[in-house]
Amino acid sequence: MLTNGGNMQSKVVYSVENLNLWYGNDQALRDINLKIEKNEVTAIIGPSGCGKSTFIKTLNRMVDNIPIVRTSGKIFYHGTDIFDKSVRLEELRTTVGMVFQKPNPFPKSIFENVVYGPKIHGIRNKKQLMQIAEESLKSAALWDEVKDRLNDNAYGLSGGQQQRLCIARSLAIQPDVLLMDEPTSALDPIATNKIEELIDELKNNYTIAIVTHSMQQAARISDKTAFFLMGELIEFGDTKKIFTTPEDKRTEDYITGRFG
Amino acid sequence: MGYQDQLITSESEVNEKFKSIKKSPVLLNKEAWNKRMEKRIIMDKVARKIFSLSTVFALVILGILFYRIGVQSAGWLNLKFLTGNLSIFPEKAGIYGAIIGSVWLMAVVIPVTLLLGVSTAIYLEEYAKEGKFQSFIKTNISNLAGVPSVIFGLLGLAVFRRLFGLGSSILAGGLTLSLLVLPIIVVASQEAIRAVPNFLRDGAYAMGATKWTTIRTVVLPASLPGILTGCILAISRAIGETAPLVVLGIPTLILAIPESLMSDFTALPIQIYYWTLDTVLTPEYANLAAATIVVLLVVLLLMNSIAIFIRNKFQRRY
Repeated sequence: MLTNGGNMQSKVVYSVENLNLWYGNDQALRDINLKIEKNEVTAIIGPSGCGKSTFIKTLNRMVDNIPIVRTSGKIFYHGTDIFDKSVRLEELRTTVGMVFQKPNPFPKSIFENVVYGPKIHGIRNKKQLMQIAEESLKSAALWDEVKDRLNDNAYGLSGGQQQRLCIARSLAIQPDVLLMDEPTSALDPIATNKIEELIDELKNNYTIAIVTHSMQQAARISDKTAFFLMGELIEFGDTKKIFTTPEDKRTEDYITGRFG
Repeated sequence: MGYQDQLITSESEVNEKFKSIKKSPVLLNKEAWNKRMEKRIIMDKVARKIFSLSTVFALVILGILFYRIGVQSAGWLNLKFLTGNLSIFPEKAGIYGAIIGSVWLMAVVIPVTLLLGVSTAIYLEEYAKEGKFQSFIKTNISNLAGVPSVIFGLLGLAVFRRLFGLGSSILAGGLTLSLLVLPIIVVASQEAIRAVPNFLRDGAYAMGATKWTTIRTVVLPASLPGILTGCILAISRAIGETAPLVVLGIPTLILAIPESLMSDFTALPIQIYYWTLDTVLTPEYANLAAATIVVLLVVLLLMNSIAIFIRNKFQRRY
């Protein structure tokens, strides 16, 4: 469990400053500046290929896994630059959890999936693991559906359940931030609705950044919205304001469906 | 407002929109098609015959082989043959020593190839950066898989027997065979590891797992069936190899049962080889060779079925 003391109390969780990112010679992110605040849901919207997924994957440095990626600029997480050499990648990712577009449970039992994080970080106590599993599954609103079959393979679950399992898996390492990369794009409307309700619940305890294709979803669940276009952050502000009185013409065009 | 502006609302509009498609001229001459249809159906039947005959051909050859060794080994293959010691008198000869020798060989080959082969595959797939160096190594490992086994025998002779002074021991033979099948295991393991989808790795990385933790807890468990299948196939190749052992100078007439890695030994394929050679002197040796072939084939079939069993049983869905 990772707690950084007083540092973690600050209102601003992420402060992104002049972030640029290149895939080889193609620039995917251009001079991004924004702040993500504690216990808020920040939605990132924009047409396909605008860099929104790339951006969210930069926040826990998942982009590092792609060899050709270069970055410049700074991302401060509670005041620490995550690109600094002293920051351990593994530590950052235990503080910043991630849920992916396609549900990606491991080919293991439901229980083993949830306790994967605690286990690899050294928790062996069976009772403690069981407690963590129950807590996490309850937080992910999945406990009642799976409590009788924790030892079944996770692939027997429906897509929506799998995605909530992945959320439970992320919660099991008690992160402070939850990054979600289009978590409902592979799900049906009912499962989507459940995840959205869950996000609303989770924001009491977590700071959430969510990439979404659906503007309605952004409008429903987020406090702040960032609109990306061709690697640039066009507009960022309160969701209500973005969707009612956007300042930029391009934002207005996008949210009224004139392109994208 | 918005995208609804573009929706088509009335039937007349639909007609208007698709008018161009409706009026497209007929470019296809169906009459001519039907004329050629007969010919194509015949071709289809011919193709079917060719392919099935090819399969039958292979099966017939296999059948002849089974028949020949069946007939020749009949009466010779019994418990006394399996548990008896070698002898120059055909009716007294047994292959117990050769069986134990082959088992000892596998006891060297399996751990050596598993450790080296899987580690190499992990390095190439998970750690090595994509680039010229990596593709150079990959190409050469595939090339190595195609090198004739005699060459590996010569390598074993030069390195293990002469340079390391291992003589014609089990260790020398086992290491030589290990080198021979190593590329097979590397390639099979690489393919199994590559087949593990990246989203599983991402899941682990996103939980703060290191590369090794990810490999240990996610990649290896998921690719294990493929790796094991490759291993068993490689081992069944090793168990039947003769040439490298002949080049190494593995003797045939060993009366002592091997007791340690440094013991001299003989193995099943070697026994077959020498008995076949000496048939000119003692015709009954042909029967002994046939009986040994049956034993070797049974072992191979057994191992291949285990490989198939593992593949089917542990095949995973993602």
